[in-house]
Amino acid sequence: MSEGKHTGDDVLVSIENLNFNFNIQRGIVKAVRDLSVTIKKGETLTLVGESGCGKSVTAHAINQLNPMPPGVVESGKIYFRDKDLLTLPKSQIEALRGTQISMIFQEPMTALNPVFTIGSQIADVYRTHQRISKKEALAKAVELLDLVKIPSPDERIHNYPHQLSGGMRQRAMIAMALASPEPGLMIADEPTTALDVTIQAQILDLLNDLKKTVGMSILLITHDMGVVSEMADRVVVMYAGRKVEEADVFSLFEEPKHPYTLGLLNSLPSNPKYRGAKRLEAIDGTVPDLLTIGEGCPFANRCGFVKDKCLKEFPEETKISDDHFVWCHHLQQQEGRV
Amino acid sequence: MLKHIFKRLLLLIPTLFGVITLVFFMIALAPGDPARVMLGERANAQQLEQLREELGLDKPLIQQYGLYLSRIVRLDLGKSITSGQQIKDEISERFPATIELAIWAMIFASTIGIIVGVTSARKRNSWIDYTAMGGSLVGVSMPVFWLGLVLIMIFSVWLDLLPTGGRMNVRYYFQPITNFYILDGIILWIREGNSQYLVSAFQHLILPTIALGTIPLAIIARTTRSSMLEVLQQDYIKTARSAGIKERRVVFRYALKNALLPVITIIGLQFGLLLSGAILTETVFSWPGIGKWIYVAIGARDYPAVQGGIIFISVFFVLINLVVDILYSVINPKIRMQ
Amino acid sequence: MEQELLEIKEPTPLQETWYNLKKNKGAMTGLVIIVLFVLMAIFAPLLAPHDPVEQVIELRKTPPFTGGYILGTDDLGRDMLSRLIYGARISMSIGVVSVGISLVLGLIIGVVSAYFGGILDKIIMRIIDIMLAFPYILLTIVIVAILGPSLVNAMVAIGISQVPRYARLVRASVLAEKENDYVLAERALGAGNMELMFKTILPNCLSATIVQSTLGVGEAILSSAGLSFLGLGAQPPTPEWGLMIASSKEFITNAWWIVTLPGIAILLAVLGFNLLGDGLRDILDPKMRS
Ligand SMILES: Nc1ncnc2c1ncn2[C@@H]1O[C@H](COP(=O)(O)OP(=O)(O)OP(=O)(O)O)[C@@H](O)[C@H]1O
Ligand SMILES: [Mg+2]
Repeated sequence: MSEGKHTGDDVLVSIENLNFNFNIQRGIVKAVRDLSVTIKKGETLTLVGESGCGKSVTAHAINQLNPMPPGVVESGKIYFRDKDLLTLPKSQIEALRGTQISMIFQEPMTALNPVFTIGSQIADVYRTHQRISKKEALAKAVELLDLVKIPSPDERIHNYPHQLSGGMRQRAMIAMALASPEPGLMIADEPTTALDVTIQAQILDLLNDLKKTVGMSILLITHDMGVVSEMADRVVVMYAGRKVEEADVFSLFEEPKHPYTLGLLNSLPSNPKYRGAKRLEAIDGTVPDLLTIGEGCPFANRCGFVKDKCLKEFPEETKISDDHFVWCHHLQQQEGRV
Repeated sequence: MLKHIFKRLLLLIPTLFGVITLVFFMIALAPGDPARVMLGERANAQQLEQLREELGLDKPLIQQYGLYLSRIVRLDLGKSITSGQQIKDEISERFPATIELAIWAMIFASTIGIIVGVTSARKRNSWIDYTAMGGSLVGVSMPVFWLGLVLIMIFSVWLDLLPTGGRMNVRYYFQPITNFYILDGIILWIREGNSQYLVSAFQHLILPTIALGTIPLAIIARTTRSSMLEVLQQDYIKTARSAGIKERRVVFRYALKNALLPVITIIGLQFGLLLSGAILTETVFSWPGIGKWIYVAIGARDYPAVQGGIIFISVFFVLINLVVDILYSVINPKIRMQ
Repeated sequence: MEQELLEIKEPTPLQETWYNLKKNKGAMTGLVIIVLFVLMAIFAPLLAPHDPVEQVIELRKTPPFTGGYILGTDDLGRDMLSRLIYGARISMSIGVVSVGISLVLGLIIGVVSAYFGGILDKIIMRIIDIMLAFPYILLTIVIVAILGPSLVNAMVAIGISQVPRYARLVRASVLAEKENDYVLAERALGAGNMELMFKTILPNCLSATIVQSTLGVGEAILSSAGLSFLGLGAQPPTPEWGLMIASSKEFITNAWWIVTLPGIAILLAVLGFNLLGDGLRDILDPKMRS
């Protein structure tokens, strides 16, 4: 493992060898396994992978929003600005949330509280972190709604979530996440999945603008490679709880290495580069059950290059370049050990 | 909103009509001659004839029904056979006692029930949770009248702390003003500077309140717990947490307001049931309310009184349900807006 | 080889429920309590040390654990323990009979209403709404007041006043089942109305009804105790628990056991049914948790 790159002045978040399980009645769900990810200051890191591969669990592990129990951190460390988050008392985690780590949720339909107006929800976040009056907080809420381009924000603050369209709700969510005084990390969990394409583009633009003006890092979760190409500086590809490839966005699109990444890119219709590529039969199979998953490469049952070894052990890291790593027995052989 | 209320009121009319009709025919079609039953075996033919005429029993059933309806529309419930007084007056004299007890029982049940339910939900599967839920199961399995007697035995007989029944120390010269004795006690305290009435009214209320309130308390606690557990899993709770809102506030503001929606329905339903459950509690505590009055009327076979009393309680029950429904829509913005 | 494979059968729904039930501590406790009370009811003559109505005037209000009376005697010198044991007979039969009445009527009304729909359904539902507009205890009291106070009438009254609840429950689950594929398939195969209603649809709606009836038995025991307490149910000298409490009212100053013990008997019996009912609800229909 290349421990060296996980520390340094420019690193904001560093997840090291995280194993996250859910102990449920039927057994242990190994949702995240041996995952190491770093997020540098001011960069956008995207987590990609198909549904259920552990993206949200990873993100929620940072600000500790996974339900515990049944969730358990089996092992691993998570550093944020050199603070060891997993050993921090609950009150300090609470203090970080909304001030230095903000979050936009996957489901705009259910992520806003149905019995409070959006104005009061946003104002409440302000008032949690700053000593200001209700009126001032509401005025700031109007400013924020304006910032995320909600029309006639001074009226909208009095609306309940169900009175807003999906797109507006998603923006209101973003506004709420922006009510933090000193954002360091913005976790955006599929902020656009629920939206149609034009609104999706607007919201991604908005996030990019904000990133530049405020200078924050973004952890963007998505399973849409189109969104990745537009937003990412670096990409981590996850499969069934494991990291299988990590690269800067150019390398990933130019030279995808892992068979699963290839499959993902193949499914991107607008990319002529991959249209001709050999369609992976692998994509036809199903994701292994995280309850019964073994020690081998989780992608083995869908992979066209599968060997005996793949079934037995998870591969070591293969370094393609300084910014590009992949975990695959097949490639290990081709590239040779690094 | 007004339209919603109006619509509900209109829907009420057929229900009320049905209730009145049902009570009328159930009693009218009862086997045996009511006049004979009321007057006993030794009444002579002339007495019987006179009572029949008085009650309109000599007319055909349909005509009796028409007469009854037309009287009810004029809010005339007829005369009690045993006392010869207007049933309307008898009810209005006793109803405050019943309502006062029901209100206190409900306040007792709701506050403690909600606190217990929320605590149980927050400490799910702890010994607190198990004790509370075990306790509520015992609570709903208990006969109310037995609980009342046991309370009297412990607190009045053994410990000699509280009175065994009634509403006010009989040695006091007490002239009710509003017939709500706590209120009267406060008024007299202010007016005459004498707090003995308030203290006595309060002491007399404690045991009946606990006896009558125990079942609703248990039901409210169980409902609150399960509703709270469900709400705490919702996305918007994660949103609030991710924004750094303090856990207390998340639970008691963000979650509780949502969790209370089903609880309010239950509270309303229980309040209505209390009025009829009062018949047992009032009998045990010699509480001069409408329940005890109906009990006596049944014993005396005073059919007009039973009829009137039951119609009155049922109408009240229906109205309570309406109020609850409106209250529900006031806190639930989704319905309010429609 | 094939023979062996056939042997491993899928568990029947009943077996599966039983398996889950065994894991549910609350439900099992409830079941044990119920079985104990049922045994007590069946073998009352063998278990009871004395005649439940025999009065021994010299031994009135004997406290528990004296003179061979484990639970003492009541105000007329009757053995409390024997009366409590015989009381189980009465309460268990009240529970079963009245729930039986509500269940049969409720099932018929509910299925017919849901299956035929239309005007018939509307009328039935209207009447049910009106009956539900009555507080249930009051309805029971009115019915008994009309029929005249007796144990049998109390059972009937409790049974009838609960019919609307069952009818509604059954109607809702039949409506949900009616459109399912298997029903449509049976119909396509030419099954008649009656056959469809009672043979195909009904068994699939039973889980909700089972939960409701289990809880209903407990409720019926409570209600009948209440009616007897008011003098509208069992009549003296029947050893009915509620009646025992009613006639003990005057003795709370000097004979605590006469008041307390019958209440504890009611509490335990009802608790048993509530525990089992809750457990069954969790097992049979996780969505039904309210
Ligand atoms: N509370 C929980 N209890 C048990 N298992 C859970 C829980 N939360 C998540 N999991 C499991 O963890 C795995 C990863 O879930 P996660 O929500 O991280 O997926 P995801 O990558 O975000 O998928 P999606 O794209 O659908 O959001 C899934 O298999 C899921 O079933
Ligand atoms: Mg997710």
